[in-house]
Amino acid sequence: MSDALKLANVHKRFGETPIIRGVDLAVAPGERHAIIGPNGAGKSTLFNLISGRYTPSEGEIALHGKRISGLAPHQINRRGLSRSFQITNLFQNMTVFENLRCSLLWAQGYKYSFWHLVGRQTALNEAAEQWLERLGLSARRDVPASLLTYAEQRTLEIGTTIAGGADVILLDEPTAGMGLAERDHTMAMISEVTQDKTLLMVEHDMGVVFELADRISVLVYGQIIASDTPEAIRANAAVQEAYLGEAH
Amino acid sequence: MSHSQSSRTALLWHIGVWALFALVIVVLPYIFTSSSSISMMSQMGVFIIFALSYNMLLGQAGMLSFGHAVYFGLGGFFTLHAIRAVNDEVWQFPLELMPLVGGVGGLAFGIIFGSISTRRAGVTFAMITLGIGSMVESSANMFTDFFGGESGISGNRVTDVTLFGFSYGPSIEVYYLIGAWTVMAAVAMYLLTKTPLGRISNAVRDNPERAQFVGYNTTIARFIQFSLSGFFAGIAGGLFAIMFEIMTAPNVGLVQSGAVLLMTFIGGVGLFFGPIIGAVLVTYMHTALSGFSEGWILYFGLMFVFMVMYAPGGIAGVIYAHAAPWRAGLLWRLLPSYLLVLLPALLAIAGLVAVVEMGYQLSLAYDPSSPIDLFYMQINATSLWSWLVALLGLAVGIAGVLATARVVRARWAGVNRSMQATGAKT
Amino acid sequence: MRPTLSHFAVAGSPVMLESIVFSVLNGLLYGMLLFMLASGLTLIFGMMGVLNFAHASFYMLGAYCAYTISSYTNFWVALILAPLFVGFLGALTERFGLRNVHKHGHVAELLLTFGLVYVIDELVVLIWGQIPVNYAIPPSLDFTLFTLFGTSFPAYRAFILFVAIAMFGAIYLLLVRTRVGMIIRAALSHPEMVGALGHDVPRIFTLVFAFGTGLAGLAGVMAGNYYITEPGMAFSMGPIVFVVVVFGGLGSLGGALAASLIIGLVTTFAVSLNYSIADLLAAVGLGLDGANIAGGLAHIDLSRIGQMLPYLMMVLILIFRPRGLMGARES
Repeated sequence: MSDALKLANVHKRFGETPIIRGVDLAVAPGERHAIIGPNGAGKSTLFNLISGRYTPSEGEIALHGKRISGLAPHQINRRGLSRSFQITNLFQNMTVFENLRCSLLWAQGYKYSFWHLVGRQTALNEAAEQWLERLGLSARRDVPASLLTYAEQRTLEIGTTIAGGADVILLDEPTAGMGLAERDHTMAMISEVTQDKTLLMVEHDMGVVFELADRISVLVYGQIIASDTPEAIRANAAVQEAYLGEAH
Repeated sequence: MSHSQSSRTALLWHIGVWALFALVIVVLPYIFTSSSSISMMSQMGVFIIFALSYNMLLGQAGMLSFGHAVYFGLGGFFTLHAIRAVNDEVWQFPLELMPLVGGVGGLAFGIIFGSISTRRAGVTFAMITLGIGSMVESSANMFTDFFGGESGISGNRVTDVTLFGFSYGPSIEVYYLIGAWTVMAAVAMYLLTKTPLGRISNAVRDNPERAQFVGYNTTIARFIQFSLSGFFAGIAGGLFAIMFEIMTAPNVGLVQSGAVLLMTFIGGVGLFFGPIIGAVLVTYMHTALSGFSEGWILYFGLMFVFMVMYAPGGIAGVIYAHAAPWRAGLLWRLLPSYLLVLLPALLAIAGLVAVVEMGYQLSLAYDPSSPIDLFYMQINATSLWSWLVALLGLAVGIAGVLATARVVRARWAGVNRSMQATGAKT
Repeated sequence: MRPTLSHFAVAGSPVMLESIVFSVLNGLLYGMLLFMLASGLTLIFGMMGVLNFAHASFYMLGAYCAYTISSYTNFWVALILAPLFVGFLGALTERFGLRNVHKHGHVAELLLTFGLVYVIDELVVLIWGQIPVNYAIPPSLDFTLFTLFGTSFPAYRAFILFVAIAMFGAIYLLLVRTRVGMIIRAALSHPEMVGALGHDVPRIFTLVFAFGTGLAGLAGVMAGNYYITEPGMAFSMGPIVFVVVVFGGLGSLGGALAASLIIGLVTTFAVSLNYSIADLLAAVGLGLDGANIAGGLAHIDLSRIGQMLPYLMMVLILIFRPRGLMGARES
């Protein structure tokens, strides 16, 4: 069976500046894969390349064995890949419920319909209500996203990412800026909602990474210097030097 | 309360509001019976449709267009040509449905020009619409068969081909035709906001990037919304053509496009009913003020600038901001501060109006020293004292507004705190 | 006067050559005037992301201020003072208007300047009245510079060209040689960095807006007496300047120059070569009957297409090259 996500010799240059310098990465279906690395290593750029925000200067990205590099974000999304953002990126003027419902529209096949009334689509609304419950946001159903607390916004961010039913999920620092209690809550929520999905995440919090991930890749200066199980990464000398050495 | 129950109440509430809207339209001619009122109210209906169609772009999809009159005007021209064809007995089509001809024309050109302009968003989109608007307006001189050159195209709306047997000669019959279309078009546009396309248009407005990452091509969403908006603008144009029986090149032009932007924004882009308020108010003020003052455009401009700066949600936004305090029973705490600010505000406005009117008197009047009737007084624009008093009133008024606005802000802060403390829903 | 077929048939004759030479000169002139407006607009846009819808209104203010100032003093004083005054008004607009709505985004800024169009245009009527004012070319420049094929070329036109070129040179030097220019250029390509480097971005914005509107004012001083100073002059100039800026590529000064010249030349040629397509077709021997298939089209007057051409060109370039002639960024 092919990899859920595969990057082959991916490069990205901005002008003359290389940011990603030949990344090979394979994520098996159902795997929870974390990318770590010092600031400026290119983690966000890598995410933007996979999700279609940027086009690789060189190399190829494949989703379930089919090439997606060069496609627009919405096309990649429709092929089953979804992403969250490091800076919360919601439909700010819409309610929590509307945010979730919007993320379900394409997945449920409504496309650009102007002949269905969303209020009367029972399956759609029930699905959105279920997501509200799963995320623990039922009490905040009709609150505009912009008025949520930070932790609630992060939760909704992850919810809108996953609700559409994509099976490969990219999470960009899902617990950034959270306190310990919130973090544990979010972690539990992520484990719950990403069962049987392939997960690729960028995370700074080593606790989260080593707890959640099946495999970890270390990105340093645009290249992956190691990709292995958490235990092996912990013991890897090159990682210790490149990552911990720089961080301390 | 279960969701199905609440949605049933919501449905009844919606039907009730729209029925009331229709009832008001039916009853109004019995209250305002003069022919000038009928004419003004007919215009209001036309501009309600036009402004609502404009808000499908600006309010709902975040697209600022400077060329929306293209679809309104072309719809009007198509309708008038169709009416002429019926009068020439080369075509049979009932007058009641003629606005559909305009709608289809608006839709067709919405599709053509929309496919170019909606590829871009934001400020670039705005400039493209301006360019397309100018292009169509200036092309009127070239395609004289269609636009009729300087004198435009005129026709006779009494065609003998009707559905309900009315002649539509008397303006009251035209009023009710426009009224019926206003209700239908407004309901249709309202329902559109409740469709997947309507929701995705909001999504594209709020956050185009996220909309892409939930699977939507933002260009296509904007394009469809734009085309449909052209359809409704075309209907409005068709009714305009039926009402005035003449269309000229400026009807597709930048001035008309600017007018619809003005009324939509003043009414409020954030809420569905905002443009209705704007269309009614601007049409009324236009009719009432343009006979009274040379400066009505200036007043509109100032009002618009003021609203962009201090009330970007328009009149509807200002009203809606009071919904939460009203529900929380805290409105009474705000009202006294409003009265306080109202006095200096009125003084400032009076001073401004006096300055403007005297200015126009000096620059435009045949005899500048002839007295102006203003605020039940006779004012001489050539007298230094008039100017001093007016400027003093303006200055004192502005200072007063600045001072009392603090009280309003403080009251609002207090109300917001109380609402947060009691956990009132926003 | 409508040149007949014979004019066309004998292309190369003095009559045709005269027409071409003067069309080129007038096209260049119109193009440079467009550039004086477009340069300010594109600078403001590139730097601030603000599309100043009222740009042509500041241009009109320049003309009217020059009229008033020169009626008390003379043209040369007005040439200096009027742009400064218009720039000052621009600074006030930025400081007390745009800065307040900045937080609501570029569309709100655009709406504010859109409202200003109504306000400024009406204030002009309020102060100076509806009929054109008598803003005349200064006597010292009111002579014929040279005569070609029996047609004279006024010195004032040459002066406009000279000022426009001097202005372009000055902007160029300002941007390339001075520190302020370096900051502005940096801000054109990396707006967020300039703030991060500790520059007072709001103050730079005020200065750039004042500078841009001042340039529009200068254009008004130069064009007000060449054309007519009347309340409709902003409206007739406004849309075309936007076309120039889009055509040239948003934020690109070089693009604005190229686009100004192209559009200036194209419109001037289309107007001066006053023959219809039908004549053209007849001349090349196609002899189309006006009433057949080409019917509607064949009666289009090329002089009429002149008004429409710039907009058509803009639409075409947006289809085939969305970033304009020399635009660096898509938007």
